[in-house]
Amino acid sequence: MNAAPPAEHDANTAPALEVEGLSTDYGPVRAVDDVTLAVREGCITAVLGANGAGKTSLLRTICGLAPASAGHVRLAGRDIRGIAVEDLVRHGLALVPEGRGVITELTTEENLRLGGLWRGADGGELRQIYELFPPLRERRTQLAGSLSGGERQMLSICRALMARPRVLLLDEPSLGLAPIVSAQIMRLIRALAAERGLAVLLVEQNARSALSIADRGVVLSLGRVVADDDADALAANEDLRRAYLGL
Amino acid sequence: MTRFIDLTLNGISTGSVYAAVALALVMIWRATRIVNFAQGGMLMITTFIASDVISSTGSYWLGFAVALASGLVLGALVERLLIRRVEGGPPLNAVIVALGLLILLEAIAGMIWGNTPRSFPPAFTIRGYELGGTRLLFSPDDTFIVLVVIGVALGLAALFRYTALGLRMRAAALAPEVARLLGVRVGRMFTLGWALAAFVGSLAGVLVAPSVFVGPSQFDPILIFGFTAAVIGGLDSPPGSVVGGLLLGLVLSYVSGYEGAALVTLAALAVLVAVLMVRPGGLFSTTRERRV
Repeated sequence: MNAAPPAEHDANTAPALEVEGLSTDYGPVRAVDDVTLAVREGCITAVLGANGAGKTSLLRTICGLAPASAGHVRLAGRDIRGIAVEDLVRHGLALVPEGRGVITELTTEENLRLGGLWRGADGGELRQIYELFPPLRERRTQLAGSLSGGERQMLSICRALMARPRVLLLDEPSLGLAPIVSAQIMRLIRALAAERGLAVLLVEQNARSALSIADRGVVLSLGRVVADDDADALAANEDLRRAYLGL
Repeated sequence: MTRFIDLTLNGISTGSVYAAVALALVMIWRATRIVNFAQGGMLMITTFIASDVISSTGSYWLGFAVALASGLVLGALVERLLIRRVEGGPPLNAVIVALGLLILLEAIAGMIWGNTPRSFPPAFTIRGYELGGTRLLFSPDDTFIVLVVIGVALGLAALFRYTALGLRMRAAALAPEVARLLGVRVGRMFTLGWALAAFVGSLAGVLVAPSVFVGPSQFDPILIFGFTAAVIGGLDSPPGSVVGGLLLGLVLSYVSGYEGAALVTLAALAVLVAVLMVRPGGLFSTTRERRV
């Protein structure tokens, strides 16, 4: 453990999300090993790596769903360790979980409303979301379980947006989607970062599509960061591509 | 024909009580995947409390209100102090805790109030309505029982369906982790769910008490029939529990009226087996059974 006090950060210049020396242990297995990364407002950082590289564990640790054994997570300079999971949304952090994460037994609209409940979001917010993605409006009284994979992913992202986050964590948003749908989702994520100034941490196995919209890329292997560079540079790095990204 | 009408109306009245107990069980099952076998003991305690309040103040309605209020409190306490520790663990742990609590509550009640069952006043007269010169078995008190159970069931349905609180409670029950990430205080929702369930249970207690009397183990059959009704309805479905309760009440009333009261328990088992053979998940189950 680092005995030094956490560095003082000016809220204006601190990255929206900062992960420093973060480690997670599942029993004897170190799933996340001393990971450091940062995401600035309006930027997308892609976290890449093979199955079991620790990507999902990293997201779960950032959200407090898995206990960190070392390190810090800061939102706009503020350490969020020790803040209850249910309070993170009040600090501007939203996670779009793997496998869509929509509650299939609730309707589309109920899923969306749930996202805005903590701050008492009104109908105006819903209308805005429906304008962003009209198919959700058509299906608003249907159970979320009846939506297609792409629609569910869209719903899951929109539900996170209802919470008005400043930092959005996305876990494998393109998993199991047709390439054309996946590309649609990626464009949406890019637009959200650009237009709303969201800081996006995008975990993806599909390195190609993630790097196509990301500003930076971090490659994880066995829980450790093995590369951290501009997305373009990563995409161009032959050795890395072959060793870790399967491109 | 009068007999048939009598038995039908009687079945609806007792079925409403089963429905209320079933509803209490289903609400807890939905929220925490625990069958609350302690429900019978919890509603027994609140009915004893109501009995004390009524005999010392002379006001039925004060006792009625106190029973419901103490149900809310007791449900919340049980969840926070006992169930919270076994939530998310192996299901058997929770079952053992619930059964242990049932035994404990019945023993405590015996120590405080004695083991001799005592009478309990009805809300309204139990003299049946008169219809064309004959007196029906169905009384104003039965009307009250049916209406109040229907009212509470509809009220709960509206709470879950149309309010933000209900949405939070459903989300907490369906997907606790997702709900927490969206800012829902899941633990608090579980406590509230238990409180509301115990509220419905205590309602069943005061409604049925005039006909079964109040004693530490007087409500055990009600718990068993309530559980049967819940399983018939699908265990997961609040409307199912109400339908299951009414169905069971009717069948048991016919069996008891035409064949004799001794067969009632066996008939409950027969209904349960028959329903589960046709629909293994219960009448209102949403999960589809596997075909083999």
